[in-house]
Amino acid sequence: MDSSTFILVLASIMLASTPLIIAVCGEILTERSGIVNLSLDGSMLMAAMTGFVVAFETDNVWFGFLAGAAIGALFAFIVAFGSIRLRQSQFAIGFVLAMLGQDLSAFLGQNYTRIPGPFVTHFPIPYLKDIPVIGPIFFSHNAVVYFAYILVIVTWFWLFRTQPGLRLRSAGDRPEAGFARGVGINRQRYLYTLIGGALVGIAGASYSLSIKIGWSEGITGGLGWIALAIVIFGGWSPVRGMFGALLFGAAKALATYMQRAFPEVSVVAFNALPWVLMILVLLLVGSDFTERLVTIAPKSLQRPLQRLLRISPPQALGTTFVED
Amino acid sequence: MNSGRWLRWVWPTVPIAGALVVTSLLLILFGAAPLEAFQAMYDGAFGDQSKTLSVLAFWVPLLLASTGLLVTFRAGLWNIGIEGQIVMGAIAASWVALSVEAPSAVLISLEIVAAMLAGALWAALSAVLKTRGKVHEIFSGLALNGIAIILTNYLISGPWQPPEGGSFRGTQPFQPAALLSLYENSRFSPLSLLLAVIAFILVVVALRGTFWGLKLKAIGQNLRSAFLLGVSSEREMILAMMFCGALAGLGGGVRTLSWFDSLRQSISGGIGFTALLVVMLSNYNMFLVPPIAFFFSMVLRGSLTLQLRTQLHSSLGGILTELLVLFVLLFGDWNKIGLFRKKEDDG
Repeated sequence: MDSSTFILVLASIMLASTPLIIAVCGEILTERSGIVNLSLDGSMLMAAMTGFVVAFETDNVWFGFLAGAAIGALFAFIVAFGSIRLRQSQFAIGFVLAMLGQDLSAFLGQNYTRIPGPFVTHFPIPYLKDIPVIGPIFFSHNAVVYFAYILVIVTWFWLFRTQPGLRLRSAGDRPEAGFARGVGINRQRYLYTLIGGALVGIAGASYSLSIKIGWSEGITGGLGWIALAIVIFGGWSPVRGMFGALLFGAAKALATYMQRAFPEVSVVAFNALPWVLMILVLLLVGSDFTERLVTIAPKSLQRPLQRLLRISPPQALGTTFVED
Repeated sequence: MNSGRWLRWVWPTVPIAGALVVTSLLLILFGAAPLEAFQAMYDGAFGDQSKTLSVLAFWVPLLLASTGLLVTFRAGLWNIGIEGQIVMGAIAASWVALSVEAPSAVLISLEIVAAMLAGALWAALSAVLKTRGKVHEIFSGLALNGIAIILTNYLISGPWQPPEGGSFRGTQPFQPAALLSLYENSRFSPLSLLLAVIAFILVVVALRGTFWGLKLKAIGQNLRSAFLLGVSSEREMILAMMFCGALAGLGGGVRTLSWFDSLRQSISGGIGFTALLVVMLSNYNMFLVPPIAFFFSMVLRGSLTLQLRTQLHSSLGGILTELLVLFVLLFGDWNKIGLFRKKEDDG
């Protein structure tokens, strides 16, 4: 592989990872407020379908993204309403919605499968795109890609450097303490479940309007579930989540490349790669084994390694809070 | 109040009606008459003897998987990996069917044991990843589902491809001695129903009448107190998962040995996920599981006839069942609805 193809591969990883990055940022906002929205896979499919159909009928991709965001927010609202107001299991509701989104998108989109439609146009950033190596990798994409990377920074800043972000985290970490200081816990949870859901919807729409262009059944290929795993791997931090998403994008790209390079090796080994990687990275951040592994490292490396590998979920994740 | 009591009595039908109304609206949106569509679904399920038998044949693996899930849900585990356990069961049964030559009775026993073992081991993997590696069973399950399906595709297109060339559809049909004997010209095997009934009774007895069932309940309801009471959560969790995996694997074996006659690409066809919906709808009440599973088989089989008659996508059957579960989850519990009514009155 010469350097120009290598640059192309890196650029394609950047592009292919965008839906994952957007969805991960959305779900991080939701989970940081204490709610798990398990419906990701279904709402992304619904948003991909709706986004394409709306963009096709109006001939405007941005209406498509808007519709996708609305669908994602609607699914998220059902999860929030069901768990906060009706006190039902958010996991159960999320799972049913994931299934429902899959079937519903197949049914509603049946007349729109595999037809060409509008898509987000390529938009290289002037001047920046001409920087050697960096230009083609980072600045020669469409607007959705830039949005994803700006979103990572904004989400990180919002969560960890602003007052509203602190209130948001209090709802997921120490709801009692937050409530005693005047934070409307359930209001926070509604708000960020809806915002997170809308972002997930945008991620879904970007699948049919920017990555694959067009709608077909099950187009996301289980991406929603992978996004949920990356949220954990990313330790509920947008920046780490972005690297997780890029890692999976790279694994996928590597699988495609290796298949072409070594046709004699079975497709299985390469196709299974992302799934195996998913188990391995979750093992890496979760198990005690990692802790022991770190102690082997040189003393000076131990602290940063621990910081890198240790994750702590929001303390009140998935629990209900009664405001009295 | 009197009217309140009356409303409470009919309340359970409201989510069901809601699901039917939304499904009807979808049908109208696509220009189909709902009554005709539901008639088509009914005909597809009970139109003639062979259709009814195929509902029955679809019901058996679904019942096996749902029965297994009763055990894992009791222990508080979300066994989403059940889909992969079904697939692994089917693969193991196919492996025996393709490589062993023996009298039918021996061969079929071997296949069943292999299927249960494979399902149980695949489930154990998920369980150990949870207890030792702190990987949530939802994610290990999903990954293992993906790997199991990829493995099936590999076997079909690679080592087990039919002699006339890989077609990605399936392996060559197994030797007749390896297949379960079927009732008349259907895909329904009476033996598989017998096995499913035995499994169901076994689970009812285990969960209601044994110390093990009690321990699982303790783990499922409060892991920490169970630990303080001296229940080894790791051992029980692994056992519960393996139990469920064995039944799921058996279900996969039944699929490949009676529904099909070979290993196919879509060997499970989403039965595992449907089983999760069945158990959720039953609200973990085990005696509701067989009738709900039967109803789901009816709807899912019926929607195929709907597709033939109206050219509408057969996912409508899935939509109906999922809406039903969603509405029952959200609004089925009268007391919780009452809770939010009262709150609104106060405010």
